[in-house]
Amino acid sequence: MEKVLNINLKVWRQANPEVAGRFEEYKVETSPDSSFLEMFDVLNEQLINSGQEPVAFDHDCREGICGMCSMVINGRPHGPKKAVTTCQLHMRSFNDGDTVVVEPWRADAFPVIKDLTVNRSSFDKIIASGGYISVNTGNAVDANSMLIPKDDADTAFEAATCIGCGACVSACKNASAMLFVGAKVTQLATLPQGKAEREKRVVAMVNAMDAEGFGACSNTGACAAECPKGIPLSVIATLNKEYTKAKMKGF
Amino acid sequence: MKFLSFLFTSSIGRKLVMGATGLFLVSFLLVHCGINACVFVNDGGETFNAAADFMSENFFIRVAEIGLFLGLLWHVFQGLYLWLTNSKKRKAKYDKASGNENSKWYSRSMGLLGTLILIFLVLHLKHFWVVSRFTDHITSGDETLFQEMIEVFENPWVVLIYVLGCISLAYHLLHGFWSAFHTLGIDHKTYTPIIKSIGTAFSIVIPLIFALMPIAMHLGWIS
Ligand code: HEM
Ligand code: SF4
Ligand code: FES
Repeated sequence: MEKVLNINLKVWRQANPEVAGRFEEYKVETSPDSSFLEMFDVLNEQLINSGQEPVAFDHDCREGICGMCSMVINGRPHGPKKAVTTCQLHMRSFNDGDTVVVEPWRADAFPVIKDLTVNRSSFDKIIASGGYISVNTGNAVDANSMLIPKDDADTAFEAATCIGCGACVSACKNASAMLFVGAKVTQLATLPQGKAEREKRVVAMVNAMDAEGFGACSNTGACAAECPKGIPLSVIATLNKEYTKAKMKGF
Repeated sequence: MKFLSFLFTSSIGRKLVMGATGLFLVSFLLVHCGINACVFVNDGGETFNAAADFMSENFFIRVAEIGLFLGLLWHVFQGLYLWLTNSKKRKAKYDKASGNENSKWYSRSMGLLGTLILIFLVLHLKHFWVVSRFTDHITSGDETLFQEMIEVFENPWVVLIYVLGCISLAYHLLHGFWSAFHTLGIDHKTYTPIIKSIGTAFSIVIPLIFALMPIAMHLGWIS
């Protein structure tokens, strides 16, 4: 016989940004093989069938690459597993009869839109302030025409795996966006194409980060521990270094 | 100098100040601890008093003392400001928080630990700095600084507060020592693990030596 898990859910419900939210309790029967989001699909079907409002939650790719699936599960962004997004978390990580508390990302810079969905346009504004290369770099050039040391390529690639989900902010006691900004700055400042604008970029991005209402970093390491892509804390040291150097040069 | 305004206005600038002043205070602790450890020679305070006299008469040390106070004040005010502003970035709190799963409690409590250190420092400065600098108790030759220490540590409550102050310092540094280097942009495959080990050793050994002084004097191990 197929195994079923009975899960008691305690879910944050909030109709819109203006009203106060509250927790609602639900019971869901789910297969251990279903993903956390599929379990929510089952819940929503139950709610719709009984004439209630389904739970709003963000998701898109459901394969760990878009960064939309923002849920704080039992106090952990993206749930209890290391280096896993909510959409890739499976119900076999829970036990029959467990009570699971599900909350949205909580940070003033990520206001709740509805239920578990939050507005992350503050991240977009940081990127728009300079998180790109401002000229068209054309087609991929011959690999040997621009030599990049293997270590640099690895560092840049590791940083580039950030999916912009915001779990780092949601885990940080200061709601700081330093891991996200550090990942973007490290990725671009480590490669030759991005080096030309590195000073201008880092100052603009840090200004935008501060203006959007994220906190300062205390180096607690909570962000890196909860990041689904394993972005290392060292990108924050790189960000500090890049920013200080740029400031010393008068940018 | 306008380009340095970021030290007061940007999140990273403010943290740079914490790291730089923090390491400056760490260097002071090393000197302070070295001088005070002279009491363990247990020669009735002769070595210690000689070292203390040297420190109070040396011109460069007196200038450095002003720098020390400025550095401490900057660290304290910037620290309290960061603590206050950072705590306001999440008005709606989590129902279920699992901070211990992803970070150490003392790394999340630097403001609280710093405040405990500050409370201890006020008492500590009153005990020794004010007495030796603003009264003629020591300079008149009535009493040596060593005798003053023995007297102050007769009170068990004072000993308790000193020990608690040292424990707060130990945890503050257990996170702060390494964190300061990270804030200053240093993260290195080889050096960072070494910095972390030195930081852990420093955070245990130095506060332990400090805490042993009031304990030893109170229990009469040193006289
Ligand atoms: C001898 C005394 C002290 C020493 C050696 C010391 C050392 C340090 C060091 C090395 C750091 C790490 C800086 C960084 O993360 O970049 C730090 C951080 C901090 N210190 Fe102190 N400190 C002392 C006293 C105090 C006092 C009296 C206060 C305040 C009341 C204080 C408040 C803070 C705060 C709030 C931070 C964390 C800032 C943050 O990460 O957001 N400290 N300290
Ligand atoms: S650094 Fe990690 S946690 Fe932060 S946005 Fe990028 S992928 Fe998400
Ligand atoms: S839904 Fe795309 S990463 Fe989870």
